[in-house]
Amino acid sequence: MKGFTSLKNIQKDLQSYTVTCVELVEHYLDRIKDQKDINAFVETFDVSASAQAVLVDAKIKEGKAGVLAGLIISIKDNICYEGHKLSASSKMLEGFESLYSSTVVERLLKEDAIIIGRTNCDEFAMGSSNETSFYGPVKNPLDKNKVAGGSSGGAAASVAADLCMAALGSDTGGSIRQPASFTGTVGLKPTYGRVSRHGLIAFGSSFDQIGTFTKNVDDAALITEVIAGKDEFDSTVSRKEVEPYFEEIDSQKDKKQRIAYFDCYVNHKAIDPEVRKRTIEIIEKLRLEGHQVDEVKFDYLDQIVPTYYVLTTAEASSNLARYDGIHFGYRSTNATDLESTYVKSRSEGFGREVKRRIMLGTYVLSAGYYDAYYTKAQKVRRLVRDCTNEVFENYDFIISPTSPHTAFDLNAQKDDQIKMYLEDIYTVQANLAGIPAISLPLGIGSDKMPFGIQLMTSAFNEKKLLSFSKQVVNKFALTSELEKA
Amino acid sequence: MHMLAQEIYDKYELVVGLEIHAQLLTKSKAYSSDSSEFGAQPNTHVNPITLGHPGTLPKFNENTLQYGVRLGLAVGSDITYENQFARKNYFYADLPKGYQITQDKTPLCTGGKITIKVGKGTKDIGITRIHMEEDSGKSIHDLDPFHTLIDLNRAGVPLLEIVSEPDIRSAQEAYDYLTEVRQLVRYLEVCDGNMEEGSMRCDANVSMRLKGAPKFGERTETKNLNSIRNVFRAIEFEAKRQVEVLEAGGVIKMETMGFDAVTGETRTLRSKEMAHDYRYFPEPDLQAVFVGKNYVSDVKETLPALPKELKEKYTSALKLSDYDAEVLTEEKHFALFYEELIGLTKSYKTAANWMMGAVKSYLNENALEIKEFPLKPKHIAELIDLIESGAINNSIANQKVFPALVEHPELSAKTLAEKNNWIQESDTEALEGFINEAIAKFPAKVEEFRAGNKNLLGLFMGEVMKASKGKADPKVTSNLLREKLEQ
Repeated sequence: MKGFTSLKNIQKDLQSYTVTCVELVEHYLDRIKDQKDINAFVETFDVSASAQAVLVDAKIKEGKAGVLAGLIISIKDNICYEGHKLSASSKMLEGFESLYSSTVVERLLKEDAIIIGRTNCDEFAMGSSNETSFYGPVKNPLDKNKVAGGSSGGAAASVAADLCMAALGSDTGGSIRQPASFTGTVGLKPTYGRVSRHGLIAFGSSFDQIGTFTKNVDDAALITEVIAGKDEFDSTVSRKEVEPYFEEIDSQKDKKQRIAYFDCYVNHKAIDPEVRKRTIEIIEKLRLEGHQVDEVKFDYLDQIVPTYYVLTTAEASSNLARYDGIHFGYRSTNATDLESTYVKSRSEGFGREVKRRIMLGTYVLSAGYYDAYYTKAQKVRRLVRDCTNEVFENYDFIISPTSPHTAFDLNAQKDDQIKMYLEDIYTVQANLAGIPAISLPLGIGSDKMPFGIQLMTSAFNEKKLLSFSKQVVNKFALTSELEKA
Repeated sequence: MHMLAQEIYDKYELVVGLEIHAQLLTKSKAYSSDSSEFGAQPNTHVNPITLGHPGTLPKFNENTLQYGVRLGLAVGSDITYENQFARKNYFYADLPKGYQITQDKTPLCTGGKITIKVGKGTKDIGITRIHMEEDSGKSIHDLDPFHTLIDLNRAGVPLLEIVSEPDIRSAQEAYDYLTEVRQLVRYLEVCDGNMEEGSMRCDANVSMRLKGAPKFGERTETKNLNSIRNVFRAIEFEAKRQVEVLEAGGVIKMETMGFDAVTGETRTLRSKEMAHDYRYFPEPDLQAVFVGKNYVSDVKETLPALPKELKEKYTSALKLSDYDAEVLTEEKHFALFYEELIGLTKSYKTAANWMMGAVKSYLNENALEIKEFPLKPKHIAELIDLIESGAINNSIANQKVFPALVEHPELSAKTLAEKNNWIQESDTEALEGFINEAIAKFPAKVEEFRAGNKNLLGLFMGEVMKASKGKADPKVTSNLLREKLEQ
């Protein structure tokens, strides 16, 4: 079977009966088996995927297929799919089966996408290297000694290794964009409130957002258009109409943009010189293309990561309270009464990173510390949001690296939490401000590993972001260089 | 216990503030579409949202807001414009999410008051706040010898928490305040007020101070009192207990108490050291709800007449006694029946007497609520008209017509009276026949009467009534009799 390039190409083949969905499912299931060592999938949904394939094939024949017909997609192991297991890659939820489907899954299935399985991730999406998973780390398909990034490492790997055509992940502080950067894929985190969180296991509720991993910008546009939009099950979702991202993917073609970049990002002390060089190179190329690209001041570099960790851990400490050994999930066999059920089930069921964050979050919400941490962090968040929005009064986009470096070696940072938390330095701003951001595979290091360039734009401006992203990828993509390497 | 001389207890002043949880009569839960009906099989109103399953989000039930605004307006609260929700975090087996969605810094209602009677006057008990929250599930400890059973039907049912100022100074005031609140929530139809079923629950904050002391003493909180009577008992007990502790040189510690209805005693459940740190923070899964002026005025228009307004109308405009007004307004639908009745007759006092007499007795005897009463206000109004026209007298109306009417509400009082030949004799000719018979029967008594024993009129009246089978018009009869006897 020929390699997948874009959904529209596959759909052409499906329409002409050169290939069927059943064959596609078999093909990808085989690939997943062959590349089990990457550890991208926690479980494949062989039965339901095959059944859906038969249905979609029939619909294609009847000419009634949905816009995502033939899309073989994976979902992160924190997205609910009725009758399927779901664990957030935690021992706490091992064996747990969801009673309902998330809104995104409902919408994918309605448009005839085929969900091939659930992908490995950091436990409860907490991590930047996919090494906190109960199911072990995900290996980077481009170099199996390296991490795939996190927390949506399995999702990124599933696309990069061509184990499926696209993946849904979740992004709380960079969990889509950083693994996309590490694996050379396109990772989109939409505006907070653009895609329903109903059926996404909560980590930091005011930050979490479901988004896509794809091989190209077109597919990101197509899938996001399907999953986005108002939802009666999530009151934080916007009622704003979803724009035609895919149909108008060329709306920014040949248009001149105003682009900002922050000196403190590009010249950050932790940035790899190669990443910096490439970022500056792209900035220069954009100028040459006739875009206005300016250096803009950003005053909160030192505050964004601590603010992000105070607020997300606070929310997480509350969100994860329901995993208590009483109603569902793991219950310690050593428990003797109510309190020991809590203490032992949670001590044994959660991994170290999750426990660390629950404790941190509990601490920052405690009486006596609340104002010093939580309230203060809320204020900083507001400042970051205001300052970010101010930039967009004069600019269309902010450009930056996605991550300071390429994928690092497995186990290299496992025990250095501060270093690990700084992985998010360029990505948390979008989550703090609630704006959309995309990582585009535009760089490659001397280690032959890819890295991404990030574009951010103002809230609910996905159409423009996707369209401009496509222009940028068309002009500056290194796919050919990657292949050469 | 309770061994000190009364003068010692009397040195102290009791200070009480009450927190009432009123379960709302909304059809569905506060944040999910599950039914919130009471009494279903355990764990049947439990969708994934109620169960707090991974990935679920709350969905705000607008009715909660409407009920809250209704109550707030009825007690004269200020209604908050921007309503945020907060999470109150604690672990308990009947709390599926590990937190309760409530309001912290922006309660829906602030200020307001409830007026109670104290002796001959009245007293205002201030309302601190009323806020919206969700109920927990129910832990059942006495059904299984080895396990606590959990029923999550109640989890997520909307509540209003009504917090009073520490204005209450006696167990009786607490009793009266609760009675008023219960009457009010029932009038407003926001809560059924059934404390025994747990749809209204009360926590009492109790402290004691020496009379004249400027500051409040340390308080205890007695939790989950399940009847107005038990609130009274728990406060009485707790007040005495605290005095005894203080008199013995002890100090009152901020504690959470439970009340044992069998022994009538309070006991410590949790000390302050064991108190929860609830780690309130804004609920990120819900947007703030904005309550605009138009919304408030729309709700205001739907408010029913409130008991205090009706009482005021009955005593001033209708000139009824305080007692009558009290009885008539005790229960909403009873009052509404009377309201309709006085639209049909101008004899307000007579109408009140019918309500408090025959109607109430009938309801009591048959254990019915006014809603189930077979007669409509128009039946009673026609009955009153019939009496006032002189067609029947009061005793016939009470003893014959009313019981017959209840059996045959499809007929009018007039038809029934005519059919059964109960229309009273006011025709002079017919009456004269009965009177002549009576006078002829007791010639000796006639002499006595004429000699001055006017009390004998009753004897002749009785005779006439008997002969006419009660149908003689008493007024006409008495006048005719007097005339004849004095001839």
